[in-house]
Amino acid sequence: MSIRKTKIGRRAFIKNTSLAGGGLILGFSILNSCSTEKEKSMAVKEMPEEWFEMNAYLKIGDNGLVTIMAPNPEFGQGVITAMPMIVADELDVNWQDVIVEQANFNAEDYGWQFTGGSQGIRRRWEGLRLAGATAKAMLVAAAAKTWNVPASEISVAEGILTHEQTGKKAGFGELASIAATMEVPEEVPLKNVKDFTIIGTSKKSVENKKIVTGKPLFGLDYQYEGALVAMVEHPPAFGLQLKSYNDESVRAMSGIVDVFKIKTLEDGFKRGYFDTNAFTDLLVIVGKNTWEVMNAKKAMKAEWEPIADSKYLMDQFGTEVEVEVPGGLESTTDHYAKMKEMASRASTVMRQDGDPEKVFRNADNVIERSYSCPFLAHNCMEPMNFFANVTDEGAHLAGPLQAPGLTETTVAARLGIPVEKVEIELTRMGGGFGRRAYGHYAVEAALISQQVKAPVKLIYTREDDMTFGIYRPSYYATYRAALDENNELIAFHVNAGGVPESPLFPNRFPAGTVEHYLAEQWAIKSNITIGAFRAPRSNFMAGAEQAFLDEVAEAAGKDPIDFRLELLEKAKNNPVGEENEYDPDRLAGVLKLVREKSDWDTPKPGVSRGVSAYFCHNSYAAHVLDIVMEGDRPVVQNVVCAIDCGIVINPDAAANMAEGAIIDGVGNAMYGVLSFKDGKPEQTNFDTYRMIRHTEAPKQVEVHFVQNEVDPTGLGEPPFPPVFGALANALYKATGRRYYHQPFNADHSELLG
Amino acid sequence: MANYILNINGKRLEVEVDPSTPLLWVLRDHLKLVGTKFGCGMAQCGACTVHIDDTAVRSCVLPVSSVAESKITNIEGLSADGDHPVQQAWMEVDVPQCGYCQAGQIMTAAALLKQNPNPTEEEIESAMNGNICRCGTYLRIKKAVQIAAGKTS
Ligand code: FES
Ligand code: FES
Repeated sequence: MSIRKTKIGRRAFIKNTSLAGGGLILGFSILNSCSTEKEKSMAVKEMPEEWFEMNAYLKIGDNGLVTIMAPNPEFGQGVITAMPMIVADELDVNWQDVIVEQANFNAEDYGWQFTGGSQGIRRRWEGLRLAGATAKAMLVAAAAKTWNVPASEISVAEGILTHEQTGKKAGFGELASIAATMEVPEEVPLKNVKDFTIIGTSKKSVENKKIVTGKPLFGLDYQYEGALVAMVEHPPAFGLQLKSYNDESVRAMSGIVDVFKIKTLEDGFKRGYFDTNAFTDLLVIVGKNTWEVMNAKKAMKAEWEPIADSKYLMDQFGTEVEVEVPGGLESTTDHYAKMKEMASRASTVMRQDGDPEKVFRNADNVIERSYSCPFLAHNCMEPMNFFANVTDEGAHLAGPLQAPGLTETTVAARLGIPVEKVEIELTRMGGGFGRRAYGHYAVEAALISQQVKAPVKLIYTREDDMTFGIYRPSYYATYRAALDENNELIAFHVNAGGVPESPLFPNRFPAGTVEHYLAEQWAIKSNITIGAFRAPRSNFMAGAEQAFLDEVAEAAGKDPIDFRLELLEKAKNNPVGEENEYDPDRLAGVLKLVREKSDWDTPKPGVSRGVSAYFCHNSYAAHVLDIVMEGDRPVVQNVVCAIDCGIVINPDAAANMAEGAIIDGVGNAMYGVLSFKDGKPEQTNFDTYRMIRHTEAPKQVEVHFVQNEVDPTGLGEPPFPPVFGALANALYKATGRRYYHQPFNADHSELLG
Repeated sequence: MANYILNINGKRLEVEVDPSTPLLWVLRDHLKLVGTKFGCGMAQCGACTVHIDDTAVRSCVLPVSSVAESKITNIEGLSADGDHPVQQAWMEVDVPQCGYCQAGQIMTAAALLKQNPNPTEEEIESAMNGNICRCGTYLRIKKAVQIAAGKTS
């Protein structure tokens, strides 16, 4: 047991008695999500008559039911279940008696309500535990006072307080009204890992029942009396802007209410980090229902003109930077030609150890390979959308957002109202993958509502969604490795860049394992916008680096796992440099676990295996991927995955996430591409953008977690990047061919010569 | 504009819409049956799958005029209380991640099992191939279909 000060998020623990009692429960109870008869019979509690608020995260009903608020937006990563599990464990309530509610955006109560960077659980771990532990301490204090016994003699389990010496017992519900009036303690004890009763046990998503019965959960499902439907039309190509439009015929179309222009961001507006937007001038069509607006949108006549070179100011979390946007209509062929050229030059040195050039000159064996990847679209299944109702009183918004805090600021600034007048409801998101951190569509909805003076739901078509920008960038990396006569790695060089940013992580593996090391980077400016995409930059670098290391291991005549473990041994015992980002023991740990679980050392006839391991977002993942050839079609038969993300809150849900990351990785590595011709995306919907489907998914995925007591770190992203390398390495074994350029199913000879 | 009396989820519901309006938008906008999702609008993703006379179809490309005589079932009418074996299996396996594709997946799976109560793994995969899951829950979907098959047959 450890004692923690309750200072963190203290505001959230100040009880608000005015809220105690009553209140509409919008959330979802385990009671309603039962899937088996057994669970149903266990869940007997009715709704309480009165609720008592203990702190911003939880309130207790007079019958012992507990409502726990899920602070972060949910997009499939399972925090709506996992975060309340953490609170419930420290509270010592029976999970059956928990109702979960999604919190709206409320920074004062819940701080940084951000879904992204695999940081949710990691950053909230202590705060959520404190929320539960504080409430428990107040219940204990209430019992001590009522029974007139020392608090230290009271034990708590499954929602029951017990004083053994006197035989007194009470449920949370009986003491909630008194507990809510107790002092918030200055410090509270937190449990030891071994005493967790809910954390580490698999709980099904609290929203399953709603999902499988089609209840309105998502932004697109948001209902509001009298809401109009709006769609926007953006330029058909990057490098173009709206010149003029003719709405005469469109205005006369059935159901059309208004057609106008909006400017999402004023010129000169200092943008926030997530205000990325290539298309700030939009045509808007507002009407009574979706189909009519869709038809009007198709009939709209607009003229577009080229943009000039321009600049804007961005506030990068406190640092002001000037971003240059070049004019011109870009094409993928030009991007690749430029990337190849840049890669052949010396670039900006980000890290150098020893004297790599000298070692390369004198080495017995130098291996050099280049890797590339195209732009990708996020393609969340639920297209971008948002509801807004802007009135004189303020702005009421609702929809799918990963970074509501930052979007709120922009909405307020753009509407010219104080942030306090902007209220954002967080709906469940139909996927995010980074895309919904960029909340331009919420700002657009607000401006449209302000203009038409009515509640409005803005809906993107799939085409709008896929061609709006905010993509995973296109990258290129060249690696060199030098081996000595004993096949020891003596120098390593990576030179990486992209359009429009570099993917380089200069201090990740194998930095620190080799005496002579050089990491350089470059970037090519572009007017195509980019954004965070599941494990930004890592999603390319891991694949390139891990495929390259496979080739180096082969050249050195070593088993690829042994080769990596030898390097990690060096990084542990004799690290080069002090900036190394990863923990060599934990990286070695996942490699060892995956070796054991996949039975790597026993060759399987007819099966081609590839291995890969990577560290990112504070967690470690390694995969062994098996391919079986069916004719000339490679089939991913099995993927064994080992992950070290510290304590795992909800193991089966965590496994689901890793399975998804692996399938997503195979899909993007094999098929994912978004290309451009004269600024125009060449893929606009799922007929041209190839997504992985059922028949192409790995036939089996096994997920194993390293068991330790390290505070939890992220999981949404870490299992994704290593898939690319494991797949490339297995494909090599299966086909005898190395796969350097994504997507692997395409012929890149025209692009890369 | 035309008037239609549709047979949806066992109820007769009246709408006045343009005959070209896809069933998807009639369900979502006019009848507020938003369980059926919009993903692509061109019969590529399966998010909008409903049953017409027990067959899985893509409602996003199906003009309302063509279904006026048919028995239409969407996710909200698949069972009274989420107790269809496919829905049960989905919860048991904890299939959903974001959940957005799942109404469509469930409708395709339920239609498959109606026609083929004991599908092989390959039959499941190919029947489900028109339903994209961006989150990659394909393996759990397959498992859930197998569990549901065990219960329905
Ligand atoms: S929305 Fe109908 S198939 Fe995609
Ligand atoms: S669960 Fe997210 S798209 Fe399928």
